[in-house]
Amino acid sequence: MRAAHAIAKALEMEGVEVIFGIPGGAILEVYDALYDSNITHITTRHEQGATHAADGYARASGKVGVAFTTSGPGATNTVTGIATAYMDSSPLVVFTGQVSTQLIGNDAFQEADITGITMPITKHNYLITEPKKLLQTIKEAFHVASTGRPGPVLIDLPKDVTLADVEFKYPKKVDLIGYKPKYDGHPRQIKRAVDLIMKSERPIILAGGGVVLSNASNELVRLAETIPAFVVTTLMGKGVMPETHPLCLGFIGMHGSKYANYAVTECDLLIAIGCRFSDRTTGKLSSFAPYAKVIHIDIDPAEIGKNVDVDVPIVGDAKRVITQLLRYIKYKKRKAWEDKINEWRRKYPLKYKKDGFKPQFVIEKAYEVLPDAIVTTEVGQNQMWTAQYFKVKYPRQFITSGGLGTMGFGFPAAMGAQVAFPDKTVIDIAGDGSFMMNIQELATCVHYNIPVKVLVLNNGYLGMVRQWQQLFYKERYSATCIGCESVVFEKIAKGFGAAGITVEKPGDVEDALKEAKDIDGPVVIDFRVDPVANVFPMVPPGAGLNEVIDEED
Amino acid sequence: MKHTIAVLVENKPGVLARVASLFRRRGFNIESLSVGTTEREDVSRMTIVVKGDQKTVEQVTKQLNKLIEVVKVSDVSKNSVERELCLIKVNIPPDKRGEIVELTNIFRARIIDVARDSFVIEVTGDEDKINAFIDLMRQYGIKELARTGKVAMTRGSKSVVSH
Repeated sequence: MRAAHAIAKALEMEGVEVIFGIPGGAILEVYDALYDSNITHITTRHEQGATHAADGYARASGKVGVAFTTSGPGATNTVTGIATAYMDSSPLVVFTGQVSTQLIGNDAFQEADITGITMPITKHNYLITEPKKLLQTIKEAFHVASTGRPGPVLIDLPKDVTLADVEFKYPKKVDLIGYKPKYDGHPRQIKRAVDLIMKSERPIILAGGGVVLSNASNELVRLAETIPAFVVTTLMGKGVMPETHPLCLGFIGMHGSKYANYAVTECDLLIAIGCRFSDRTTGKLSSFAPYAKVIHIDIDPAEIGKNVDVDVPIVGDAKRVITQLLRYIKYKKRKAWEDKINEWRRKYPLKYKKDGFKPQFVIEKAYEVLPDAIVTTEVGQNQMWTAQYFKVKYPRQFITSGGLGTMGFGFPAAMGAQVAFPDKTVIDIAGDGSFMMNIQELATCVHYNIPVKVLVLNNGYLGMVRQWQQLFYKERYSATCIGCESVVFEKIAKGFGAAGITVEKPGDVEDALKEAKDIDGPVVIDFRVDPVANVFPMVPPGAGLNEVIDEED
Repeated sequence: MKHTIAVLVENKPGVLARVASLFRRRGFNIESLSVGTTEREDVSRMTIVVKGDQKTVEQVTKQLNKLIEVVKVSDVSKNSVERELCLIKVNIPPDKRGEIVELTNIFRARIIDVARDSFVIEVTGDEDKINAFIDLMRQYGIKELARTGKVAMTRGSKSVVSH
């Protein structure tokens, strides 16, 4: 069988239903094979869009996302998408075309050393030089991408390899001597963790993206209710417990609520699950949870002790470890702590000044009109406001570029999520700056009728950067005014064949959202919001979580 | 503080680049690195000397373990035998030939090439011994010097193996 056909067949056997990509010279043979395959191919308008879409698909569905590109520029255009997936541990398999093996190293047309380039941003990558290793490699790639701590894997396919003849025998299992993830927590550490939990008077659970990846949402809620302990999340952990649950305090960190940040600062035990203590989550490390013993549960041993010193390390899968803990934990009322947190909650609610047309208001309305929608965000103020005001109810509902902070991620990711869930409403909450970075995918949405709704909070600035310039750079607004008030997104949308709506005042927000909801196709709503609204509360860079400030502070 | 780490890796193209890239990207300092085959033809062994405190070395170990093609990582700093090899092309000043031969013997080094006005001397041993020998040779004028990285193995019957 022609190797290209074997690739298509292997993907079918891996259960791949959709591929995002763009064809080109070096990968033509594989595209020719896809012509006969049952797998849907979505041609994006930029390879970055393809990788983000595959990533959004993976994050929404829990399946492996697959992207195809050609060699050279096609391959290098995937770099940001791969790095985004890597930082947020999203399972992707990216296939790139490559020049023929005899040309590799000769600076051939459209040659780029993509395995070298992506080495530090993939969980693993492969350059296939022998056709007989093709199927084993594909099997391994899907295994590596989706098990342990998930992540992107790249397979570079030289053109002559795709033309070769191979025997189609798809391997049933994978045996990698250097890769054996550990799923169960060590019993002795479990006992030690239980002891600390039972002794604790002020416990807090910090849940990260790893809990989402482990599909451990139910277990987490049970753990919180059994101890009982309040739950805070990282940005990536948002939605792992319904944010409407009385024990859920939302996300902590640079723009987390005062009460969530105070709770972590004052707790005597921090049970961190599936998180990596990023600087945006912890603030200044020396004042992070200063009174707390720390239990850290993570499937990646390298995350334990990397940023925060840990008292009880537990290497394992969140779902299994929480289940192990639940066997021994008994309910113990901790009234004083509960009262204290509820008092902070009353005293320091999230709030914003309601004069003019505020972006936060748009998000509150979006939550009101579309509470069950899958929400993606871009990066910057739009992302933080969404994290603050959109109460996420289920895991994988909220999709954002947490680690790499990739502007331009949200829209193609929404497209991928929509492809995974055609019957759900999917919205991308965007800024004008971010939306511009992958706006070309409107053409893809129109072409395949992927009915994503893009809510552009248009303030004419790279807003988060402008906010920092206002607060920390003496209002010297260097290069942040991008003047999108002169850009008519409504017309751009219509130019692509999508629907476009412009909203100039708060009173029209609800109607616009309802109108968009009922349109069976992609919609862009341009909300002309207050250009200088800021994100608060905020932990100033370099400060501790206890130094979180409000707008009036 | 220096640590010596033995890393067993799958013998595949690009593995060295992965390991080197990891050290660069995470800001770990490699003091020396040597690579060679092992008792298994599909497994190679790297011996890496890394500078840093306990926490750094712990991160190095964990990050190396995350590489798919890394099979095993062991800290072999303690209770181990360590050797490196050094080739020195040393100048022979008039009347010093005998002196150099004598020093070579004291260090149990070997003269492996003899020219009219220079020797190539091979010396093996731990780092301190080699440093000491190089220092002694400096007075005669070192024309060329090549050193392997360190290789190390723990003492006793316990082994760093790949299964």
